[in-house]
Amino acid sequence: MLPVIELAVFAALVVTPFLLADRTDLITLVTNVIILSLLALSFDLCWGFSGIMSFGQALFFGVAGYVVALVGRDLEFSQLWATLPLAMLVGGLLAAGLAVFLLLGKRTPSSIFVAFGTLTGAYAAERLVAGWQYVGAGNGLSAIRLMAFGDYEFVEGVEFYAVALAALALVYAASRYLVRSQMGLVLAGMRQNEERLAFFGYRVQVFKALVFSFAGMIAGLSGALYSYHQGFTGPSNLGPGLSTTAVIYCLFGGSGTLIGPVIGTAAIEVLSYVLADTDAIRQFWPVILGVVLLVVVAFQPSGLLGLLVSSRERIGSYGARKAVR
Amino acid sequence: MALLRVSAVTKVYGPLKALDGIDLTVEAGTFHGLIGPNGSGKSTLLKAIAGAHLPTTGSILFDDTDITAMPPYQRARNGLSLKFQITAVLTELSVYDNVLLALQSAEGYGALLRSRSRQRLDAEVMQALERFRLADRADDLAGELSHGEQQWLEIAMALAPRPKLLLLDEPTGGMSPEERRVTGELLTPIKQDCALVIVEHDLDFIKNICDRLTVLDQGRVLGTGTVAEIEGDARVQEIYTRRV
Ligand SMILES: Nc1ncnc2c1ncn2[C@@H]1O[C@H](COP(=O)(O)OP(=O)(O)O)[C@@H](O)[C@H]1O
Ligand SMILES: [Mg+2]
Repeated sequence: MLPVIELAVFAALVVTPFLLADRTDLITLVTNVIILSLLALSFDLCWGFSGIMSFGQALFFGVAGYVVALVGRDLEFSQLWATLPLAMLVGGLLAAGLAVFLLLGKRTPSSIFVAFGTLTGAYAAERLVAGWQYVGAGNGLSAIRLMAFGDYEFVEGVEFYAVALAALALVYAASRYLVRSQMGLVLAGMRQNEERLAFFGYRVQVFKALVFSFAGMIAGLSGALYSYHQGFTGPSNLGPGLSTTAVIYCLFGGSGTLIGPVIGTAAIEVLSYVLADTDAIRQFWPVILGVVLLVVVAFQPSGLLGLLVSSRERIGSYGARKAVR
Repeated sequence: MALLRVSAVTKVYGPLKALDGIDLTVEAGTFHGLIGPNGSGKSTLLKAIAGAHLPTTGSILFDDTDITAMPPYQRARNGLSLKFQITAVLTELSVYDNVLLALQSAEGYGALLRSRSRQRLDAEVMQALERFRLADRADDLAGELSHGEQQWLEIAMALAPRPKLLLLDEPTGGMSPEERRVTGELLTPIKQDCALVIVEHDLDFIKNICDRLTVLDQGRVLGTGTVAEIEGDARVQEIYTRRV
């Protein structure tokens, strides 16, 4: 079932620009969905696949977004073949640094410690940036130099959409390779019984740090694309607010599957877009979202995807001999 | 040189001395039974050897290395393996994947990411499952196994990385007499591969498979010796009559 859903989602994303070619607003909306689903995916790799409660994914997203904005402003450079890898490097290194501090200490960290640590990181970064003139302080950075490839500059539209979709497809393929590998088996074991795995000889915290860093790279890529696409970035792009939104996308769609975060992001973003037209509802949207999340967490912890995919399929099998059932 | 040498180990929980100056020596290739009444410190001792907690004082030497303060993953890499009293198979994974997980622990990060040993280990996984009569359950979830089968799976997993010393805490707990008998049969041949420290309540079971016994009572060693020596020890008799 899962491969069918994955295929259907990607097929839908491929045909969307052909169906909506003359609806720029909708192309922009779906481009946003694609970019933000990368952020949701990065949270899922942490929480859904490795049991790391990260409430700071926006930190890597936001910092990378600022970095490409500043490179554009101060170096007048925005070639995507260099700036997108740079954004991944920034996100990855930042996450690795945080992982050394939060995960690789002498004592085994509790998930509460990690949750507060990442949350605090995001919060501190947001405050710091909001007061820092060089990066635009509270106003953020606007009129960001357009993402370019050679002489071609990407504005909102089908071409940008194609770049974002290619990024998602690559990240998705890499993540899929990871979670279905023998390392994915270690992650699956780890999130069920961390202690037991240590007695097999696994350095559980190192595996976590590796995944956390990889997720940081993905969040960084997402943040760079987001800055370019919006033409703007601000302090709230690296704070707890957006970090929590990523959590919601993921849990809503279904954590522990790679396609879940994509579906969750699409569902929530499209719903907000539709409802934002109605003033009466827009005001209450955060409340509605909160209630929906509560309902999901309480009654459908495996998210929307849990309605279609059994937990057995979600967790998967890893041996050479594929299970017959 | 002994494979395992526990010297003067104490473990203090607040006012309670769960272990009170334990000495224990286990030779390579022997089965060593640990007996004693409930609460005498058997599990606490095994956990200290495995690294689940650190002893308050004392030292533990394993294979000529001081492992007293080593993290569990390093002990495992040095050849120590265990099954705790509470079974901890990974219930959401298949029986097959449980064993694969135990077997592949020596692989490096890159090799795991590239699934280098997936094909190669297949035969070993199935061999381990056959040995413990679980081959036809390979595709079932570990959580679907009976309690006794889960114990076997755990032993199979603990043996998979070819340890030098295996620690088993009550492997027949909750088993039927028939399952118990089979467990004894399954354990006997592993003597060729590794030494064993086993905690068991069932005295007949442990007498049958062990070479030596150590009796614990209230965190102290009451006696150590061959099965015959311990059986003839009046103090041991006393403990076991007291318990009943
Ligand atoms: N984590 C702990 N905290 C406090 N007391 C403990 C703890 N673990 C074990 N004990 C106590 O230590 C003593 C020895 O326990 P244990 O080693 O489990 O005994 P056995 O396995 O021989 O039945 C018991 O009195 C038990 O209550
Ligand atoms: Mg016990």
